[in-house]
Amino acid sequence: MLHEMIQSLPQVLIDGLTLGTVYAVVALGYTMVYGILQLINFAHGEIFMSGAFIGTAILIAFSSMGLLHSIPSILVVIIMLVVAAVLTGFLGMGIERVAYRPLRNAPRLIPLITAIGISFVLQDVVRFIAELAKGNYIITGPSLFTKQIHIPTSSISSVFHDSSFKTSFLLVLIIAIILMIALDFFVNKTKYGTAMRAVSLDRDTAALMSINVNKIISVTFFVGSALGGATGVLFAVQYGTIDPYIGFILGLKAFTAAVLGGIGNIRGAMLGGIILGILEMFAAANLSLLTGGVLGAEYKDVFAFAILILVLIFKPEGLLGKPVAEKV
Amino acid sequence: MSILEIDHINTYYGGIHALRGITLDVNQGEIVTLIGSNGAGKSTTLKSVSGLVKVKSGSIKFKNQDITNKPAHETTLLGMAHVPEGRRIFSNLTVKENLLMGAFSVKKKNVIEERIERVYDYFPILKERLNQKGGTMSGGEQQMLAIGRALMMKPEVLMLDEPSMGLAPIIVEKIFNIIDQLNQDGMTILLVEQNAYQALSIANRGYVIQNGEIVLSGKGHDLIENDEIREAYLA
Ligand SMILES: Nc1ncnc2c1ncn2[C@@H]1O[C@H](COP(=O)(O)OP(=O)(O)OP(=O)(O)O)[C@@H](O)[C@H]1O
Ligand SMILES: [Mg+2]
Repeated sequence: MLHEMIQSLPQVLIDGLTLGTVYAVVALGYTMVYGILQLINFAHGEIFMSGAFIGTAILIAFSSMGLLHSIPSILVVIIMLVVAAVLTGFLGMGIERVAYRPLRNAPRLIPLITAIGISFVLQDVVRFIAELAKGNYIITGPSLFTKQIHIPTSSISSVFHDSSFKTSFLLVLIIAIILMIALDFFVNKTKYGTAMRAVSLDRDTAALMSINVNKIISVTFFVGSALGGATGVLFAVQYGTIDPYIGFILGLKAFTAAVLGGIGNIRGAMLGGIILGILEMFAAANLSLLTGGVLGAEYKDVFAFAILILVLIFKPEGLLGKPVAEKV
Repeated sequence: MSILEIDHINTYYGGIHALRGITLDVNQGEIVTLIGSNGAGKSTTLKSVSGLVKVKSGSIKFKNQDITNKPAHETTLLGMAHVPEGRRIFSNLTVKENLLMGAFSVKKKNVIEERIERVYDYFPILKERLNQKGGTMSGGEQQMLAIGRALMMKPEVLMLDEPSMGLAPIIVEKIFNIIDQLNQDGMTILLVEQNAYQALSIANRGYVIQNGEIVLSGKGHDLIENDEIREAYLA
């Protein structure tokens, strides 16, 4: 049995890493907003979904204009990413401005309920527009990057099977990693990133440093939402078919990844996302093997979440979420 | 000449009437101290000036400009800095990052460099600790960092809220020496303290606040001699 698990390991890692980076980038949006406002922005999954739709709309538009053959695919994807990121960035910023800011001093539960409400609004608005434009809310865009790449992992060691992936996997992986590195640099090395950390530690004192707290909160929503929207595009490129409800489960998992890594901690969200992705793919590949066929691959989430609960029992603050002792 | 004029301000926290018609002024180049016991309204006075809390009535003028209820990120651009009670260092940020946050509104790199050098002149220890997390510094070091961070704004008026709080006598002495030194270098200072004797001995003038009202004011050394003060704060 162990032998078979090891055989499939290279493929599990490839698939898990790709799925994991998608979770990770979406988890960043949850963790950044939580870090600065202690708000769980449940609408973030729908920002991701909106990004997927915006990207697909661009792709369909390009395709109907017959441009897909004249423009290199990578350029098309970059245009989709940039436009979707900017639009979802403003969408997230706008949601904060109209729906969360007026509730800034209300009890925590109230903005949480509002966030859930916003989720439904976004799902329905996107569904309405999609049905209006295409007559169906389940949309399939033209596929890009469909070539299969084969890696002869068995030649590294005979305990492994060969593995393979679509080129779009590589695209998702590389872009997601670039996004994470860029965000890490922004938060840790730039002035606005430092201000963001300062605001999340102590809003009043940040204001005493001439930092416009509302502006920093807007920037945080913009950046977090833009990342979510861009990841939506990656998802659409990877899977081709999208609907207005894809943000729900994926958002829930990304949120879980953020908690696993330690909510509010940026590197924690990245780590949590990648671990969750790999666990899920591991379960999908091996669950029926492990349970003698009782549980099939479709129970992968149960396995992943069971591990997660175990981790949180022993480390409730999450993997990287260690609170720093404060002196007064 | 008055640089800061507080005129009959009333500040509330919900139903709590924290400041009841406080009037106070600070002249250019002075050290003015505001003393009083716990809950008297000292911190609230500073917060009303810097804009962290809203006043319900009355007015506050800084350099003859009305700043009543201006938000904190705007008042601090005008040339005042507020070092809050309990230092409020950004605990997860390094010493360097804390200092840079003080200069958030400054765009020019060379100006930031100049200011940081000046902060090192007052607090050489900070230079050795640039990469240490603020939250891991000792209480005294954090107070120095808090003042240094405020100096990065190059303020004309420095408002200090209980800088001696929780510090060993020898460190308190050091902090007060630096406050005195800053003043001699031209800084106007509004100093909130419970440590009345030490505050009054370096101050030009003092105000005593009780239950949100100014009950006494005068020259620093006169207040030290005052019997009521001796009884209430210097025992
Ligand atoms: N955020 C707040 N919410 C409600 N009441 C407050 C708040 N902050 C201060 N108060 C109340 O306002 C009054 C004045 O408080 P303030 O903090 O200004 O006192 P203080 O003179 O600075 O005291 P201390 O020496 O203990 O720092 C107190 O009665 C206090 O309980
Ligand atoms: Mg106080």
